[in-house]
Amino acid sequence: MASVKFQKASRVYPGGTVPAVDAIDLEIADGEFLVLVGPSGCGKSTTLRMLAGLEEVNGGQILIGDRDVTNIPPKDRDIAMVFQNYALYPHMTVAENMGFALKIAGVAKEERAARVLDAAKLLDLEPYLNRKPKALSGGQRQRVAMGRAIVRKPQVFLMDEPLSNLDAKLRVQTRTQIASLQRRLGVTTVYVTHDQVEAMTMGDRVAVLKDGVLQQVATPRELYETPKNVFVAGFIGSPAMNLLQLPIVEGGVQFGNTVVKIDRAVLSKTNAKLVTLGVRPENLVVSGNEGISVEVDVVEELGSDGYLYGSATIDGAHHELVSRVDGRDHPHKGDTVFLTPAGGIMHLFDVETGERLN
Amino acid sequence: MSQALDITAATVDPALLDLPWQLPLENWPAENIAALPKGLSRHTVRFAHLGKYVIAIKETLPDLAKREYELLKNLQKLDVPCVEPFAIIKNRSDDQGEELPAVLITRHLKFSLPYRAMWSQGLRADTATRLVDALALLLVRLHIAGFFWGDVSLSNTLFRRDAGSFAAYLVDAETGQLYESGLSNGQRENDLEIARVNIAGELMDLVASGRAGPGVDPNATSERIVNKYTELWKELTAAEVFNKDERWRITQRVERLNKLGFDIEELMIKTEANGRSVKIQPKVVDAGHHTRRLIRLTGLDVQENQARRLLNDLDAFRVKYGTVDDEEVLAHRWLSEVFEPVVKSIPREYSGRLEPAEIFHQVLEHRWFLAENQQKGIPLIDAVNSYVENVLAHRRDEEALLATPTEAITLPTAIPSGTIEADEDEEGDWRDKV
Repeated sequence: MASVKFQKASRVYPGGTVPAVDAIDLEIADGEFLVLVGPSGCGKSTTLRMLAGLEEVNGGQILIGDRDVTNIPPKDRDIAMVFQNYALYPHMTVAENMGFALKIAGVAKEERAARVLDAAKLLDLEPYLNRKPKALSGGQRQRVAMGRAIVRKPQVFLMDEPLSNLDAKLRVQTRTQIASLQRRLGVTTVYVTHDQVEAMTMGDRVAVLKDGVLQQVATPRELYETPKNVFVAGFIGSPAMNLLQLPIVEGGVQFGNTVVKIDRAVLSKTNAKLVTLGVRPENLVVSGNEGISVEVDVVEELGSDGYLYGSATIDGAHHELVSRVDGRDHPHKGDTVFLTPAGGIMHLFDVETGERLN
Repeated sequence: MSQALDITAATVDPALLDLPWQLPLENWPAENIAALPKGLSRHTVRFAHLGKYVIAIKETLPDLAKREYELLKNLQKLDVPCVEPFAIIKNRSDDQGEELPAVLITRHLKFSLPYRAMWSQGLRADTATRLVDALALLLVRLHIAGFFWGDVSLSNTLFRRDAGSFAAYLVDAETGQLYESGLSNGQRENDLEIARVNIAGELMDLVASGRAGPGVDPNATSERIVNKYTELWKELTAAEVFNKDERWRITQRVERLNKLGFDIEELMIKTEANGRSVKIQPKVVDAGHHTRRLIRLTGLDVQENQARRLLNDLDAFRVKYGTVDDEEVLAHRWLSEVFEPVVKSIPREYSGRLEPAEIFHQVLEHRWFLAENQQKGIPLIDAVNSYVENVLAHRRDEEALLATPTEAITLPTAIPSGTIEADEDEEGDWRDKV
């Protein structure tokens, strides 16, 4: 096992001028499960492929443990791409399936048996070593595939959208299996996904990328509670955070017919007259007659609670807002309600730079 | 059936609408499918008859179907051997309105075989070697086109007989990606490593199943793809520096590539700063050197090695009869006096056994064999009759020989009911087999 370090690592495609990955600095701790997430084209897969040795690194370094692997071929990097189209061979036993790659790598027979046994113990597969994969359940088959990677004793596991070809139900199920296995094995893992829910539920930490630039690396909770900029604020969380550009006034920010109190020290960090104010749907509540006046478009009932989707006009501009409401006792389509941030949980961003202010 | 069936296809075949899209592929009735054992693939794949064609249908997610369809179309444009994308169908639902997976449809390649079906009596060692050689050539061609495969294996390839060798076609592009700017060395090495491990696994499985002939060595055979690929890649792409008065080396390089079946479309030639040496490097190479020459001369479109074989025979014909006529005229004479009579003398009931060019190649082989045995020249017509009676009549039809490309269980996958078998330990200690 080992840590991974990206030091100002960049990738510029031949003929391109804008880097696909721009001077990324990222440290992944030994045993950590780090998820790279971002919209399509953000550079997350390129970043993973740079670590795997599949993309040239045009600037900076990549280290696995203390070893600079920047210019080392993929097969000498001690990494394993996991779950990408693994096949289990039906006429071979579980032990053979797990160990055959060692055989072709020239590992001695006793060593092969010892490594297969170690992996089988870790994966609860010891009783099945002498069986064919057809006799195994789905989860067990998955673990045999993982076993194939484990016996090679890689320093790092890499997974590039391993669930993208599964339907929704199987995706959720497999997601849980992978996450719990990784925690048990404690192997440093870098996982790429475009799905922020997948990222938030699986990662110890999540790295958010956009346009080849690392936006924020933090625990799922930190990302949710203190997004570093407007992009992260809007990308993480579902339904997305409400983000409004509102005027700065004496004592705070004008929020419909009221002023939301904000510390002067926070607002003095920006020179603009406006500020981007973010409120998550669960922090935007229906109040008597204070806040922004919103016409209800629809209420999505999800059982114990629901989401109210409404529209408002602020300074002549149309805005859509989402608020979490009670699943049964809630306003209805066509009603006009006032929404206001509750409990002072707000996120403030500079309108120009998008950086967090509070 | 859903009213909103959404079909994307290059050529519209109305018969496509008659297939039972409202049923999951698993449940298609026997009259629609070409009967086949089901493989344990990540996706359900089945073959169906559509007019004169056989099509392969794969159930998958809509985005993946579209992606693979586009990718196969682009590979075809780049002239890389791969299966022909036919259609994608989305918005399927059953009679109860339940949503069904999208499907990707490809056209079955006539006379193509999966590696497992290559020899009904079991895979022979030299066949395995030739399959791997064909796969190495395919991989080089894909990499030259900028395609990273991600799942190189014998299972994801179909093979056509090619005058004693094989021609390989890419079947499954699900994990692949095209890079316009070309592949990095790391990507190529990774594909090669994936190929090596997969081939070893596939052959070990075949050995374990008892369907590999004696002498099939999974280790050595899988190692061979690395050597073969490296050798080819070097010949096709490496730069060469030589003394200015050794300019014949340019012609030599071109001839070597022709021999391997490639034409150089663009060659970089640079004189070095000292003025004494020259550097050459092929920049654009095109496979199909012999195929193209044969098409130009005869209009016959066949595999590369078949073309090589036919051209040899054509050249021999020219030596025998030609002096006055030019190449094209003689080629036409050869076509009507040699090739076509052989093909036409094959009884109609055997026409599905092998492709005509392959039959012609085998007839020539057979004639050589008879001549050796009898120590005298054999007229072509006698060779044809003997071949039909003693060889062709005993072969199976390969025009539409369908078989599951793999028996491997690809992961992650849902487990269809009934596929988990009773737990029985194998005999002996597991350590003996690791």
